Amino acid sequence: MAASTATLQAASVLDELSRCGVTHIVWLPDSETGFLYEAILQSPITLVPVCREGESMAIAAGLIMGGKRPVVLIQSTGFFESGDSIRGLCLDLHLPLLLMLGYRGYAGPGRTAADSAARYLEPLLGAWGIPYYVVDSDATCHYISQAYQQAQASSHPVAVLVGKEYHR
Amino acid sequence: MSAQRREMPEPTAPLKLLARARTDEIVVLSETTRQDWPPLSTRPELDIAVTGSMGKASSFGLGVALARPDVGVWVLDTDGALLMNLGSLVTIARAKPANLIHFVYDNNAYDTTGGQPTPGSGLVDFRAVALGAGYPRALVYDELAAFERDLPVILDGPRPALVVLKVASIGRRQGVERMKPTYESFVAIRDYLAAHAERPA
Repeated sequence: MAASTATLQAASVLDELSRCGVTHIVWLPDSETGFLYEAILQSPITLVPVCREGESMAIAAGLIMGGKRPVVLIQSTGFFESGDSIRGLCLDLHLPLLLMLGYRGYAGPGRTAADSAARYLEPLLGAWGIPYYVVDSDATCHYISQAYQQAQASSHPVAVLVGKEYHR
Repeated sequence: MSAQRREMPEPTAPLKLLARARTDEIVVLSETTRQDWPPLSTRPELDIAVTGSMGKASSFGLGVALARPDVGVWVLDTDGALLMNLGSLVTIARAKPANLIHFVYDNNAYDTTGGQPTPGSGLVDFRAVALGAGYPRALVYDELAAFERDLPVILDGPRPALVVLKVASIGRRQGVERMKPTYESFVAIRDYLAAHAERPA
């Protein structure tokens, strides 16, 4: 039975990352992206767990310098925490890096979120000059490859906001 | 070994020994080490300063070490920077990079801002923290002669290893040699590593 495109399946996300040739996922789990854990372990992609999100950009930078193709997978709140790593590493080193951010408090397309973690995320990405896409179902999962390729082509970080759980 | 009432080595003394022992390791620099290391470095084209990220030199070094297990990576960290990124000790221990040596200048002070004490001054034992985090090996030196004696074993021993170098606080450096911008180093080392294809570690 085919899975509904209205939901976001872990296999769909991993298919996108594999298609991009991703070698490492540097991550700290959160409630929006935790569903990916088992699928990552079963994939050939190497998982690099971190204690704090700001480490993830630095590890990814070292991996990129060494010729690998990492992505970062953290929650939006960890993105807020990581400000100086985003400035000094992602932006100043022109990292071709896909930042997959669990969209905490995401209320769905066009809806105002009650959670300030959701309300501040898109304006903050705009302030950093980081393009982004929202992925909240299999129907929008193709944005992962698009964002990854955009990051490579522009030598600039691009974000995908993973809105697995709607909070209305 | 006791650090009490002993005059600490001046900061560049252990770095001179490391510079002499270095072959083709990638060296990742932190706050004061980015100022003290360049005049000593024998391979400046393989040096990179990671300072614009609040203590992330160790994390960056881990990334390089994981990407290229065939290449030696030395992180020349500082106590103030490591205190900002203490969780990286756990992250590194969990990743078990067998090509990473993590040196830490421990002078109990923020020399780049004038020598104010760190919160861990006289308190924190980085060796114990590293061992508790899961590093297979952690050592501390407050005597140059002991460090010089052990250096060959350190360089060939179990890794990841943390090596704490107790050094004197001398405050803000004057007239230091400027390293090239981090982005230029990043591109140059990336291209160097790409040109030297990965070989079995």
